[in-house]
Amino acid sequence: MLPDLHVYSVEVRSRIAPGENGSRDGRREKRVEMTFASSLDSVDKAEEEAVRFAEEAGFGEEDLQKVGMAVRESMVNAVLHGNQYDPEKQAAMRLELDHGKLIITITDQGNGFEEDRIPDPLSTENLLRQSGRGIFLIRAFMDEFHVRRLQPKGTEVRLIKYPAGETKEE
Amino acid sequence: MSIKTSTRQVGEITVVDLSGRITLGEGSTMLRDNIRDLLGRGQKKILLNLGDVTYIDSSGIGELVSGFTTVTNQGGQLKLLNLTKKVHDLLQITKLYTVFEVHNEEAAAVKSFT
Repeated sequence: MLPDLHVYSVEVRSRIAPGENGSRDGRREKRVEMTFASSLDSVDKAEEEAVRFAEEAGFGEEDLQKVGMAVRESMVNAVLHGNQYDPEKQAAMRLELDHGKLIITITDQGNGFEEDRIPDPLSTENLLRQSGRGIFLIRAFMDEFHVRRLQPKGTEVRLIKYPAGETKEE
Repeated sequence: MSIKTSTRQVGEITVVDLSGRITLGEGSTMLRDNIRDLLGRGQKKILLNLGDVTYIDSSGIGELVSGFTTVTNQGGQLKLLNLTKKVHDLLQITKLYTVFEVHNEEAAAVKSFT
């Protein structure tokens, strides 16, 4: 039986830049990949892993909460809405630190969804709906959110968080 | 670590003290069952004390909304007490802060029920 969490590849790269920020630059680049069974337990584990990764990368308490919540919502989408708790399907998460920027990629093996068909949870007619706030919260908590449909099946979401004080590069 | 609930009666008002996480699974199910039980016993004036709730996800928010509409549709009232900053912020960004009646003091909250 597949374990709930299997870290199948860990790659750590460091870049030591010249200058005064040497102590922090050693942890500016890093990558970890893991796969999860399609279970509710995996949602908690993925959240823990992502928060630990972000904490080690130097993100502050407020950002850690946002990252944790965004990963939780993305993993619920992957294992519940995407894979529908199918034991034959897996969800994968890649955590990357690229020049201080946190990039989280989560994929599932489900049928996918149309991003622009998700109803606006803030509109009056949807305000009292029980569900439909997950993607909205991910967008609110991360600096970037991208959805890509995979071939032949599956969905990939990419969540990006900039280091404190930095904004999106145009 | 999931949710813990305990219920106490203050006059006509049922105060539900919640602590822990209200997230998809055990947390949100327990909240739903709790509200359903209260309604089943005819207790329709419900004050949810969220002071010790450390975390709510979109499923937990959905459960709060669902509880609110169910209680309201049955002629009752469901109000919130002692939001942490995290929960307060979540209700703000989801525009639900204007939907729920939120109180910071239990005595005033209890008095506000009609």
